[in-house]
Parts: sequence; C-alpha cells; structure tokens
Amino acid sequence: MQRYILIRIGQSILTLLVLTVVVFSLARLSGDPLDVLLPLEATVQDAERLRAEWGLDRPLHIQYLTFLGNALTGDFGESLRVRGRSAISLVLERLPNTAALAGVAVVVAIVIAVPVGVLSAVKKDTPLDYMGKLIALFGQSLPAFWLGLMLMWVFAAQLGWFPVSGKEQGALSYILPAIAIGWFQVAALMRLVRSSMLDVLDSEYVKLARIKGVVEWKVIWKHCLRNAAIAPFTYFALIIGSLMVGSVSIEFVFAWPGVGRLAVDAANTKDFPVVQAVVITFCMVYIVANLLVDIAYAYVDPRIRYN
Amino acid sequence: MAAENRIANPPAIEEMPESAPAPSGRVGRILAEVRRYPLFPVVLLLAVMVIPAIFADWIAPHDPKLGSLSAKLQPPAWMEGGSTEYLLGTDRVGRDILSRIMHGARVSVMIAAIAILIAGVVGTTLGIAAGYWGGWVDGLVMRLVDISLSIPIILLALVIVAATKPSMATVITVLVLLMWSRYARLVRGETLAVRVQDFIARAQVSGASHRRIMLRHVFPNVFNSIIVLATLNVGFVIILEATLSFLGAGIPPPEPAWGLMVADGRVLIASAQGWWVSLFPGLAIMLVVLSMNLLGDWLRDRLDPKQRQV
Repeated sequence: MQRYILIRIGQSILTLLVLTVVVFSLARLSGDPLDVLLPLEATVQDAERLRAEWGLDRPLHIQYLTFLGNALTGDFGESLRVRGRSAISLVLERLPNTAALAGVAVVVAIVIAVPVGVLSAVKKDTPLDYMGKLIALFGQSLPAFWLGLMLMWVFAAQLGWFPVSGKEQGALSYILPAIAIGWFQVAALMRLVRSSMLDVLDSEYVKLARIKGVVEWKVIWKHCLRNAAIAPFTYFALIIGSLMVGSVSIEFVFAWPGVGRLAVDAANTKDFPVVQAVVITFCMVYIVANLLVDIAYAYVDPRIRYN
Repeated sequence: MAAENRIANPPAIEEMPESAPAPSGRVGRILAEVRRYPLFPVVLLLAVMVIPAIFADWIAPHDPKLGSLSAKLQPPAWMEGGSTEYLLGTDRVGRDILSRIMHGARVSVMIAAIAILIAGVVGTTLGIAAGYWGGWVDGLVMRLVDISLSIPIILLALVIVAATKPSMATVITVLVLLMWSRYARLVRGETLAVRVQDFIARAQVSGASHRRIMLRHVFPNVFNSIIVLATLNVGFVIILEATLSFLGAGIPPPEPAWGLMVADGRVLIASAQGWWVSLFPGLAIMLVVLSMNLLGDWLRDRLDPKQRQV
C-alpha cells in the first residue's frame, strides 16, 4: 500500500514536471519576452539591462530552473494586462467562484444521473430505460457551450427566469451555467451507474437480501447502490477533468467571474504570466485530485494495487 | 499491470460501451432498429456533413466569407421578415448561415480526418512497439500515455494559443496531442494479446524480421479496434474543435467553422436579437456527433464485439 502511494506520488510529480517543461518551452516559443515588456521608445541599453535583470541572458536550463523555482512558490510574475497585480493573485481571487460553480454542477449531475441510472438498471428494457439511453446519447452529442447559449436564450433572454450573465443575482445565477456544465457528466455518470447497478443486481448477496425478505426499495437503494457506487467513484477523476473544460467554455458563455474565463481572456490578450498561472494551478488541482481518488480507491478496493 | 491501467486510465466517455437493447415496446423497437442498421446515422451524416463538405462550392447559395450589409441579421425564411434567398437567415455582417454551415462542414471534416489520422498513426506505431518489444520501450510509452492523459488538454490549447497564433495547424496539433495516447493504449493492449499467439511464434521461427511481423501479422489483427475507436472519436474531435474555435483558440475568423459561428451569435443571444445565428451551426454539430456516435456503436458491435459490455 505504501509502495503504491509512493509510486503514484512519484508519477504525479513527474507529470507536473513535464507540464512545466511544456509550458516553459511554449512561453519561449512565443518570441522574445522583451518585446512585450519593453516600451516602444526603449534603447538597446535598456533592452540589455532588462535582459540581465530578468535573467534572460542566462542559459536556457538555468532559466527553466528559475521558472520552476518561482512557480513552486506561486510566483508567475505580474499580469501584463492588469498592471500591478501578480498573476497568481488574479487566479486565487477567482478560484472560489469557479469551485462554487463546479460544485453546484456536480450536485446537479449526481441528483439527475444517479436516480435515472438506478431506475434504468432496475427497469431494464422498459420505456424508462430507453428514455435514459436517449438522454445519454444526446448528452454526449451536445457541445456544452452551445447548450449553455441555448439555455440562456430560452430561460434568460426569452422567459427572463434567470439572469443572462454574471453572478450578481445569487443562487439564481448559478442554475443555468451549472446545468450546462453538469449535462455532459449526467450522460456519462448515468451509463456508469446503470452498468454497475446491473452487475450488482445479479449478485448473490442481493438475492440473499431478497430471500431474507428485505423490502425491494431497500434492496435497491441501500444494498445495491452502495456497492454499485464504487465504479462511478473512479470516474470522479475524469469528471474533474471535464468539469474544467466545461467551466472554461461555460464561464466564457455566461461571463462568470471565474478562473476559466480569466484563462480565455488572458490567452486572447497574450497575457502569458496569467495563462501560466491558471494552467499550472488547474493542472495541480487536477493531478492532486486524481492522486487522492486513486489512493482512496485503493483503500476501498484492495484488488486495485500495484503488485 | 491491468490494475494500474484501470486506475490511471479511467474509461473515456466516448468509449463507454452500451448494451444492445432487446426490443420491447415501441420506443425500444425503434431504438433497436436504429442501432441494428446504420441507415439512419449514415443518411444523417451524408445530409449534414459529407455532401456539403464535398460539394459546398457548388451547392452553397452564397459566398461563405462575403456578406452584404444590406442583408444583415435576416431571420430564417419562415420567419416574419425572412426571405427565401437566405433560408437559415444571415449573421451580423450579412453572411448566409446555410452557406457557412456547408463550408463549415468541410472545415470540420478536414480537421477531424487529419487529426485522427495522425493521432492514429502515431498511437498505433507506439502502441505496437510497446506491446511487441515490452521492457523499457513499453515503460516509456506507457508513462508518456499516462502523462498525456493527465494534462487537461483545453488548458494546454490555451497556452499554445497565447504563445502562437491560432490556426488550423495549431488546432490539429492540440487534437493530436490529446488523441494519440488513446490509440497507443488500445493498440498496446491488443498487441500484447496477439503477440503470444502461435502464428507470431511461427513467423519468428520462419525468419521473418520484427518489422515484418509487426506490420504484416500484428497490425492486421489490431486494425478493427483502431477503426472502431477512430469512428467513436470523430464526434469527440468535432466537439473539441468547435469548443476551441468558440473560445477563440481554434480556427481563426473569417473561416466558416461551426464553433466560430456559434460564437458569432453569442452576443445576439444575450441581447435577444438573433437566435438563429448560434442555433443552426450548433444543431449541425449535434446532428453530426449524434450520427457518428450511433455509427461508431454499430461498427463496434459488428467489428469488435470484445469492446462491448452489457
């Protein structure tokens, strides 16, 4: 177990390192950083001084190590767009908004997907099951950003039930973006819950529970669902990944003041320090979440470990 | 090793198998028919994607990039104020939505085809090499696969866009970076299973070179799985490309890409003055992805029943 955890931690660190190398090389690919930093009227002497000051005259691997060291302490430099603000502070300021929206989206997804998934397994091959399948099929065929826009059109612009954008109107402003982000997870989660419920419904201990005379709803929602929940649980890591994708495009659609929108804006205005800060923060969240899920999973299910 | 894979690589959404329904009830029968014969998805695909993509130059009623300002924001033909000249209406600079959707199909087809082809070739090569040679080659490839699977690709795309100009080549690069690992993982697994079979040993004994064995004996045996994965991937690639274009990180304007067209109508939706600009290209994406997923499910059942579960 300890060995397994150590290997997984090692892998995560390796992934992060590769990521920083990629981000660093892309930053250098984008051209001489001095072009952005220097005012138009700068002289050659100014350029040389700044180059030395920023360490850009040193060999590339030293520059990378400096970048890595700074990144570890959360120092990505100042934003080029919002003068006087450090890139990381912009990210941290918006992180709670993104986390809150993603949280609501997960809740929406679970609240819809689990009951529908369970019911379509229990009522296999009935109209209810086919309904679930249709939902899943459409869920995977709808681009999230478009769904978001259509929800906005119908429920915000036409009916006026929800605000069109932003998060000023409290709970109401969460609903449309959360549905748009959660929709895709609904489809995937539902299929997972359904297939693992089918496995469990077939098992001996469920038969035993029935023979014992446990009432049917208790068999399904207590005995089955508890055991069927393990498989969708591993899927959690993937959910975090697609939540991020979702939050990037949906925050953009709904002008949500979160990290995703910050990333899009920064990328489109070439605000490189902010892009770097967002990407590394997001990836760290993603990798750490993955790690925790794997470790938790290894505790829950001892079959899943390294030999 | 199997355990490791299961943890590090949770099943991707579009690869998630679905059971074949036993027909019962009307909806069920229709669904079952739809799944048994690919007629419906194929017709849909032809109508929305393939025919427009090939013949856009001849059948599109207007120039996709040239608008006329006198005809800006015309509603679809059946609405009040619409004209039959612009069946699906026009956008803010008076470009015909229908023509742009047709030309957009070409962009989507091209990007999906090129990206999947490159990712497939790279992934298959690495996958066969890893499965056939084992040892450190396998270790290296699988580590790269793990890393590539654990980097949220849309963020990487944003970095690339911030660093370079958005272009078709950038989009394809991003998609390939995302996709190759799926092929590598699948092909490696299949190769491991093929390698221990008798005919491989016989080929080795009869003096065939490793290259020949991999190319002539292993590859044909993993080919079906690759085709199934590729078909199932098309919808995913199209959605991702559209998302990138929508965010300004994909196809640059004024190219008629579907995601870009949806983005064009974003402001109009919020201010409730032109829903058709965003609605129709999004519908096109949805129909194509839907039919590709149906076709992929059908192909999987036919070619590669192993990937199917109940």
